[in-house]
Amino acid sequence: MAEFSLPKNSRVLVGKTWPKPADAKNVRAFKIYRWNPDTGENPRIDTYYLDMDACGPMVLDALIKIKNEIDPTLTFRRSCREGICGSCAMNIDGINTLACIYGLDEVKGDVKIYPLPHMPVVKDLIPDLTHFYAQHASIMPWLETKTNRPAQEWRQSIEDRKKLDGLYECVMCASCSTSCPSYWWNGDRYLGPAALLHAYRWIIDSRDEATGERLDDLEDPFKLYRCHTIMNCAKTCPKGLNPAKAIAEIKKLMVERRA
Amino acid sequence: MQFRTDRQRATGLGAAKEGVGHWWNQRVTAVALAVLVLLFIWPLGSALGEDYDEVLETYRNPFNAIVAILMFATAFYHLKLGLQVVIEDYVHGKAMRTALLLANTLLCAFFGIAGVFAVVKIALGA
Repeated sequence: MAEFSLPKNSRVLVGKTWPKPADAKNVRAFKIYRWNPDTGENPRIDTYYLDMDACGPMVLDALIKIKNEIDPTLTFRRSCREGICGSCAMNIDGINTLACIYGLDEVKGDVKIYPLPHMPVVKDLIPDLTHFYAQHASIMPWLETKTNRPAQEWRQSIEDRKKLDGLYECVMCASCSTSCPSYWWNGDRYLGPAALLHAYRWIIDSRDEATGERLDDLEDPFKLYRCHTIMNCAKTCPKGLNPAKAIAEIKKLMVERRA
Repeated sequence: MQFRTDRQRATGLGAAKEGVGHWWNQRVTAVALAVLVLLFIWPLGSALGEDYDEVLETYRNPFNAIVAILMFATAFYHLKLGLQVVIEDYVHGKAMRTALLLANTLLCAFFGIAGVFAVVKIALGA
């Protein structure tokens, strides 16, 4: 059966509370998930306090400030700090999102930060996305053609290009897939919203000549049909995309080609 | 096990090349049930509390009998499809999953056919 409670060595304990900054007026608490594979200890929640008058506006600003000024062992991924690389996806205040574009003013009370749910944790806020990336690779995220390569370029009309809007913007941050209960229970076989959105991006591309093969590879009770339109993916996507709609469009094409 | 590549693990056994039938049939039966349930409840409601012969008479009416037969067949097929998804979602032990999927198929077929048989028996006055 699906497991609804954490194994003993994964129970999250209360961790260290770090001292409050001296003579700060505007102090805020950050409760952050910590786990170090080298110590053999259970994961814990550490509490940090920051002077918000000396902190940037985004959650990532706070994390960087903690790492720079309080606790250099705090581990997280970040790169572009402007929502285009997808590195800093984490669970903030119960929502999977990008720390760099999630404002601290959007969180009420203490800021609770966990790694993306239901993924193996490498350390602290870093999830292991190996399988997620392999699933993305398995949908062949590139242009597949059979016609001889044209002298100049594969041409595409403005209308056909518009069909890729709302799909190409995905930065593969994994917020959607890790918010999806179907992906939690059957992520080993279900491709998840991110990979399926990318699959649809190539299925709907007017220049791609492997549409049928792509649909063949998705027609599977687990790879595609574990999506039960729960819509967590669309709700959580930090880029405002709608993977659930892309999946629904794939399902429609599946029916269309046999009727 | 540890020497399998990530891509090999992601691909698994490949696509089953089916699933669209299951998905589509679940939707077709859902639409059918939306109508059938109403048509089924109407005579059932009026037959409730009537004496034995009156109830038999209700289901000797060909329209009521056909609706009831369609209702039983569709509802139990729809139930089978739905429960199958729930089992596949939540039950991960291979033996348990196989046993439950089998029980689901057989029990839904049994109860569906039992319902159809009952109505046919009444309708044909046996």
